[in-house]
Amino acid sequence: MNATPTASELREIALTEQEYHRAIEILGRTPNRLELGMLGAMWSEHCSYKTSKPLLRQLPSEGSSVVLGPGENAGVVDLGDDLLCCFKIESHNHPSAIEPVQGAATGVGGILRDVFAMGARPVALLDAIRFGEPTDPLQRHRFARVVEGIGFYGNCIGVPTVGGETYFDQAYAGNCLVNAMCVGIARRDQLVRAVAAGAGNPVLLVGADTGRDGIHGATFASVQLDDSAEERRPAVQVGNPFLEKCLLEACLELCGHEALIGLQDCGAAGLTSSCAEMAHRGRVGIEIDVAKVSRREQGMTPYEVMLSESQERMVLVVAKGREAEVQSVFDRWQLRSDVIGSVIASPELRILDSGVEVGSLPLEVLVDGFLERYPVACPPEFVNEASREEPLLLNPPWSLEESWLRLLMSPNCANSNWTYRQYDHQVGDDTVVGPGGDAAVLRFKGRPDGIAMTVDGAHRSTVLYPRLGTQLAVAEAIRNLAVVGAEPLAITNCLNFGDPDQPEVMWQLTEAVGGLAEAAQALAIPVVSGNVSLYNDYRGTGIPPTPVIGMVGRVKCPGAAPGVGFRKVGEQVVVLGSAEAVLTGSEYQRLAQGRVAGPPPKLELVAEAAAAKAVCELVGRGLLSSAHDLALGGLAVTLAECCVAGGLGASVELAYSSPSDPPPGWAHGALFGETAGSYLVSLPAESLPTLNDLCVRHGVGWRRIGEVGGALIEVSGLATISLEQAMVANRDALSTMMARS
Amino acid sequence: MSFRFGIAVFPGTWSDRDCAHAVGRAGGEAVFLWHAEKDLKGADCVILPGGFAHGDYLRAGAIARFAPLMEAVTDHARSGGLVLGICNGFQILCEAGLLPGALLRNRDLQFRCQDTTLLVEPADSPFLAGIPVGSRLNVPISHGQGRYFADPMMLANLEEGKQVALRYCSPAGELGDAHNPNGSLSHIAGIVNRGGNVLGMMPHPERACEPLLGSEDGLRLFSSVTTGLVAAGR
Repeated sequence: MNATPTASELREIALTEQEYHRAIEILGRTPNRLELGMLGAMWSEHCSYKTSKPLLRQLPSEGSSVVLGPGENAGVVDLGDDLLCCFKIESHNHPSAIEPVQGAATGVGGILRDVFAMGARPVALLDAIRFGEPTDPLQRHRFARVVEGIGFYGNCIGVPTVGGETYFDQAYAGNCLVNAMCVGIARRDQLVRAVAAGAGNPVLLVGADTGRDGIHGATFASVQLDDSAEERRPAVQVGNPFLEKCLLEACLELCGHEALIGLQDCGAAGLTSSCAEMAHRGRVGIEIDVAKVSRREQGMTPYEVMLSESQERMVLVVAKGREAEVQSVFDRWQLRSDVIGSVIASPELRILDSGVEVGSLPLEVLVDGFLERYPVACPPEFVNEASREEPLLLNPPWSLEESWLRLLMSPNCANSNWTYRQYDHQVGDDTVVGPGGDAAVLRFKGRPDGIAMTVDGAHRSTVLYPRLGTQLAVAEAIRNLAVVGAEPLAITNCLNFGDPDQPEVMWQLTEAVGGLAEAAQALAIPVVSGNVSLYNDYRGTGIPPTPVIGMVGRVKCPGAAPGVGFRKVGEQVVVLGSAEAVLTGSEYQRLAQGRVAGPPPKLELVAEAAAAKAVCELVGRGLLSSAHDLALGGLAVTLAECCVAGGLGASVELAYSSPSDPPPGWAHGALFGETAGSYLVSLPAESLPTLNDLCVRHGVGWRRIGEVGGALIEVSGLATISLEQAMVANRDALSTMMARS
Repeated sequence: MSFRFGIAVFPGTWSDRDCAHAVGRAGGEAVFLWHAEKDLKGADCVILPGGFAHGDYLRAGAIARFAPLMEAVTDHARSGGLVLGICNGFQILCEAGLLPGALLRNRDLQFRCQDTTLLVEPADSPFLAGIPVGSRLNVPISHGQGRYFADPMMLANLEEGKQVALRYCSPAGELGDAHNPNGSLSHIAGIVNRGGNVLGMMPHPERACEPLLGSEDGLRLFSSVTTGLVAAGR
């Protein structure tokens, strides 16, 4: 029965031969098939983080507002007055590439469970998604279906999708990315831990019946995609948001109930990982009888039951003798609840089938027994060469006007209304600023304050400068929060990378995590939760390094956010902050040159923080009529967005600072170069002295560049487009694109 | 004694707490009514809120209409009691036969969440009593199946009986396909029964009850019934 598995059998469970022999060595015996399957799932990259763990230790997770950092289902920060905020971001890239609707939907379902497993009511969802060029029908199809899947789940369960970002680039054609973030709110006394305790206490599995769906989902996510990926469709689960809504309500009813000891969602590696992790955190063991698990299909083996990734299931540890009380709540919501086992003192996961032991593994082996990996990291050769190029020296293919309009129509800069109008972004009655702005703002009923949240992918220059590009994402998140008047509380992150066994990918990952750690440290923003998605490769080509930063901030006055659009003719247009713009990795470079090359963008974290504080204060004091961070597409696109959103033109001047003649390409750089640390704001002329005092106090530079008004968007002496042109280009680009079959 | 709204909770309902919040702003009292019970808990007005009752499986509202609570709601409605169905609640009212017609998938087959402007029509209903005919209300929609449909005879009866309560329109009050977000027949956003005591509408008035959230217009529907009842000398 315990014949040595073949190489292909080991591959199926994602164990290397070395890991197989290690398992035998530390167990002192040969594991049987069930045990091997459980080990393969738990030791997979997806569950164990064996490659990223050594790097992730650098991330600062402490802070005065942190209640629970990484290691739980979601990070938790304190909002004061007994209110807590739980949040996390997670990827569902591999499943979404294969079955976009269900892949994206179950990604949303999974992150929701992580949050309500903590006892928090989910109040907001955000998504960061990546696809290949939408000129390709396959990519349009994936994009449309992913949006459909996100909406299907979020809309049905009744949690608003309040923000997110979509980015298209050919490099994601083989592997789309779907990162879903959920934010929840809990009263302090409702907070639940995912911990098992008390030998003899019953273990319950509640929610959906267990089927064969998703078996090997965790191991599937830990290998590269290839043409056989289509055949892995059965490894993609199907979501039932209605069932999860009932599960959510039932679980929240129990949070704070003294009969509930521990709660954990059943995610990757199913029952195996949820039971193993709960028991291991509590330094106890769990015994499960698989015969007691309600099934969707007949003839399932213990192996299939333990590794099923059927969605909408939760594991509970309940005080002995109080099962009936707990089960009555699930009964009321018409949900199945099975007592499937109990907590045992011995720290192991013991599996029975109708009372007969069929497998047993010590938790220190199952949860911690994997070997951390340290693959070789080495920067790719092209980095050096590409960083020496000067993008300004390349002949621009288009005039300034044409470039400007092309940028406004680019699916990455275009208005994303086509996407978010498919998401319910208001349910819950708390959305003060919804999608389409820089950050979303939610109020708390019965309190004067609120929270803001944003999700931002790393700058495209990450391909050359992964450390810096990641920090630029952190900086952008801070700016997005600042313009709605929010101060950062904490970060969650999703690290999407290729195959870490390729030295350049390992280098990208190492640099990116290092960069995130540096930025988080320097800005004193703790990283409280996160997720790593590796092996985003298709036929041997990896995605560009794509760290995604989710950030939550605190807003003193949720109604104070001025919005992106200009408000009033005659008001002053001001650039706040003074970082230098570069074309490296800019959207202009992507469109015009189709590559990333040039010197690194400039980023000063201290200046970034100072500018954010200044903007936050300006917004809080109601001094600004509009505020927008200078980002994708540079000053030209940012200016046009403020005009389009407000339905007002503007006239600005960009002066070359030195008396000599500007170098060739200067104008393209000034208009379309991208920068950190800067904002475009508008305000009445009489407020300029106050703005100046405040900026001086914060040590932040500012300059008046023009005035709101007119039917044109004019950068004097350089380029002029009509407001009407800009509106049509920006508003209709995405819907026109998506209307193609 | 304050005006009591009974808010139905089916498995899958998600506007229940939003409605309770809105009702509070209108000066009413909210009690939740569980789908499996027949008790209206003394509610003056029953709200069937938005959501996906029973997952909208089979057809939106098709399962919810068989809930024990719906027997009590039907009795309440037939004896002239006030019933407000919002979004999924409108779908349930149509399935239950308390309102005519049906709600089909949106014209472009996509879910839509956006602001809409509603034109108040001359329907005789306590829900509109405090709102002048021709008023325009800014109230958002959020649905995938909100395209109102009725056969020609039904539609003629609705129009003739002044049962069309709300239509989608432009901010200036013009009717037209460009201002109709889901392809509803005759731009219908909400209808009442013959007695005017049952209102079904796809838009979400409970999301438009505070300036902070963008509009206060939805509050007028709730306030109409609370002040109406006070005026009636209750």
